[in-house]
Amino acid sequence: MRHRALRVAIWLAGLALCVLQVANTRFVADLSSFLPRAPTPEQRLLVDQLREGALSRVVLLGIEGADAATRGALSRALADGLRRDPAFAAVANGAAAGHERERELLFAHRYALSPAVDARRFSVEGLREAVTETVALLASPAGPALKAIVPRDPTGELVGLVERLQSTSGPRVEEGVWVSPDGARALLIARTLAGASDIDAQSRAIASAEAAFAKAVAQSGGKAGQARLVLTGAGVFSVRARAMIESEVLRIGIVAGAFVVILLLAVYRSAAALALGLAPVVTGALAGIAAVSLGHGLVHGITLGFGTTLIGEAVDYSIFLFVQAGRDERPGGDAWIRGSWPTIRLGVATSIAGFAALLLSGLPGLAQLGLYSIVGLIVAALVARYVLPALLPPGLRVRDLSAAGERLATLASMARRLRWAVAVLAAAAVAVLASRPGTLWDTELASLNPIGAGDRKLDAELRAGLAAPDARFMVAVFAPSEDAALAAAEKLGERMDRLVAEGKLAGYESPARFLPSLATQKARRDSLPEAAALRERLVPALAGLPLRAGKLEPFVADVQQAREAPALTRASFRGTALDLALDGLLFADASGRWTALVGLRGVSNAFDPGAIAGAVSASGVPGALFLDLKAEADRLYAGYLEQAVLLCSLGVLAVAAILLAAIRSPRRVARILAPLLASVLVVAALHALAGTRLTIPHLVGLTLIVAIGSNYALFFDRIGERAGPDAARTLASLALANVTTIASFGLLGLSSIPVLNAIGSSVAVGAFLSLVFSAAWSSGSGQPSRGDAAA
Amino acid sequence: MTSGRRPAQPDFVRAARSLVAAALLALAPWASAAGWDVATLMELLSRNKPGRATFNETRHLALLDRPLELSGELRFTPPNRLEKRTLAPGTDSMVVDGDVLTLERAGRRHTLSLREHPEIAVFIESIRGTLAGDRAALERAYALALEGEAKRWNLVLKPLSPVAAGFVARIEVSGRQADIHRVEIFQADGDRTLMMIRRTDP
Repeated sequence: MRHRALRVAIWLAGLALCVLQVANTRFVADLSSFLPRAPTPEQRLLVDQLREGALSRVVLLGIEGADAATRGALSRALADGLRRDPAFAAVANGAAAGHERERELLFAHRYALSPAVDARRFSVEGLREAVTETVALLASPAGPALKAIVPRDPTGELVGLVERLQSTSGPRVEEGVWVSPDGARALLIARTLAGASDIDAQSRAIASAEAAFAKAVAQSGGKAGQARLVLTGAGVFSVRARAMIESEVLRIGIVAGAFVVILLLAVYRSAAALALGLAPVVTGALAGIAAVSLGHGLVHGITLGFGTTLIGEAVDYSIFLFVQAGRDERPGGDAWIRGSWPTIRLGVATSIAGFAALLLSGLPGLAQLGLYSIVGLIVAALVARYVLPALLPPGLRVRDLSAAGERLATLASMARRLRWAVAVLAAAAVAVLASRPGTLWDTELASLNPIGAGDRKLDAELRAGLAAPDARFMVAVFAPSEDAALAAAEKLGERMDRLVAEGKLAGYESPARFLPSLATQKARRDSLPEAAALRERLVPALAGLPLRAGKLEPFVADVQQAREAPALTRASFRGTALDLALDGLLFADASGRWTALVGLRGVSNAFDPGAIAGAVSASGVPGALFLDLKAEADRLYAGYLEQAVLLCSLGVLAVAAILLAAIRSPRRVARILAPLLASVLVVAALHALAGTRLTIPHLVGLTLIVAIGSNYALFFDRIGERAGPDAARTLASLALANVTTIASFGLLGLSSIPVLNAIGSSVAVGAFLSLVFSAAWSSGSGQPSRGDAAA
Repeated sequence: MTSGRRPAQPDFVRAARSLVAAALLALAPWASAAGWDVATLMELLSRNKPGRATFNETRHLALLDRPLELSGELRFTPPNRLEKRTLAPGTDSMVVDGDVLTLERAGRRHTLSLREHPEIAVFIESIRGTLAGDRAALERAYALALEGEAKRWNLVLKPLSPVAAGFVARIEVSGRQADIHRVEIFQADGDRTLMMIRRTDP
């Protein structure tokens, strides 16, 4: 009696500790845990900056529906609204309005910014060429608009600057605002103040944008009611992913819980048995979360969602305990411990072998799932074995399922006739898989992305329409100071200019365009002549031209001022769109090292990486890194996929080894494993037939089929040792356990979160097939199985 | 590409505009009595088919010692596409289609919206609107006054919006029947552009 009380006391104490730990746990719902980390420090820094840095703060907005004029008006109204919104640092919609400050800034600093400024530019010859060009511009249709600034800028520096800063292939403009290439969407680009990882702030910014749009619609009237707003961007995706994970995890948890409760009530017909049956599950779940919290410092929402699978697995232990206990036998009694516990123990061991493949994964999210499941299962099994029997009230009896078991036994014996059908099915599956070696696996990192393919397509469309640098190809340079990073970017820019001239590159974004290095600024300043010298040169330079030097005194004054002006610094741009552009391209990390990014735009999306890599090395900038972020990411994923294949193979081998150690008959182990492997093949083939490409989570799911399915196969293997009601009850408990497993994993399979969907759909189908296939290949009740050297 | 500052509208511009309005009101009964009014001209012009023409343009700029001389061709496709191709002294082209203005020069293209650039729109809409005989469009942007008769008419357009009036004081378009012969633009700062047009299509 004291023994029993001790067990219950230990259990309660452990439970309390787990609750304490869980209460102090930080739960997260973003998806970076399921994205691999880059292997080299340079790339890691870069990927982090892209995740948290300025690029992550871009929100792309599209207005669809209604007509072009309405979309144009809404775009202007929305841009106005967002400009007033403190959540947004900058907004652009292609309309000229709202960029006066930037233009003034460029004009004021034109001599520091213009790459055309050198000593030759201000020689008699250079001045003459530049002014000739300006006079030609005055004769062009742009002339009237330009006229006013000619006395201050007769060499046309501002025109040159604006032309260079504007991307050569900007978005299409209709109704005065940016539109998609097909004209069906008005496009805007905005930057939030908060980074993408600040999901609460991102969420507020999105709500605020939607409110601004609703207000614009309400004020426009007319056809505006037919227009709708679409949003994408890293922050938008984070918000959506979190909302999706939160709502799905909650839904899955509630539905799975309700299902199991109803099922167990229907089977046990005893509230006490139900409560006791759930005890191992709840304890296991709490212990699992506590373990993840201790091991990882935080718990991911997806881990909680995955927790429902524990319901499916751990509830089995109490099912085996209650149902397999005979009519005359106390559940958890000696007979049960002798008869069923070793099989359960073996099942727990093989399940753990499967989940261990997850635990060792390099993806922190999957490792969490592994740790959670392993700890949860061990704790649930221990509670079922040592605590439950101690808690059982003396008179507890659950409904006898022998009759149902008998019927199942008849079914099972019929299943045995399907023995060869299973083999044929497995062979067909192999044929299906062999026929599509190229498309079997998904080798893109994007396959793990929780964002649906539709959203990703929209994002790509908006990006392409806005000609926003897609952050795919870039060159990173590293330097000890901001100025050194700019100087390196300038050096690189010279090479990129050549590629652009050769037509190998459409263009590039360099921070040095907005903010030249101090040395470059000084060189430009030094090439500006003194007022007297400039006046002297202007006379011969203007000979024969219709412009008189006397009209250009404002120019002489501006040049004089530029000679004495302090250098342009980052602070000069504070609060403008140019400052934000710089933010994304020039930044320091915690250690004070500066990074300048030069974003590349390909020629009609065709890239010649060889030419670019050549130009980067020719630039002589030490440590310059040419990155194809998507290729890097996919390479990374391929590495993880390889690792996952290895781990999962080891997991299956471990299951086989455990079985062999317990059963010590290779023949019987083969008989147990064969139906499981057939299930794996059929599930993989079903995925292939459905057009799904297999990802790492699918692989994990396939491994779990072997790990979990082995429990059923084991019971079928041992059913031969029992007979009559015992065998029937075992069969009934197996079927019940199988239903809970299918239900819990099946729910995951209905999830729209790819990680959960892949694992859930694989295991649910696989678990069912494992049961049927194992029944088909079992030796049959009543006949002692051959080669009996049972454990 | 602008200085970013626009001249404020002087009071006399507003005064002049009310004067013109008064004059228009006074002249209206006479014009319609003669059977020659803005409506008749617009009706005539609106029947214009797609056409081509050559132009010679002279720009008198206070900034420059001597006027700029340009020549090239015009192409108009009703109702709202106008193409102006300058062939001398340099080559460039300007295409207005609806709200979109595309400038091309030395292999570089710029696209901008007329709505966004009233300082450019005020020049273009006068010619395009007249060519199209689009009375409604013209009256949205300008106060119209018609002088002369069908075989020798002169249409005076004065910008209504203060912004446009800051650039252009008035535009005079003259012609014979449905043919436009000359467009003269008087800018607010005293600069003046004269464009002579000759149809080349049959």
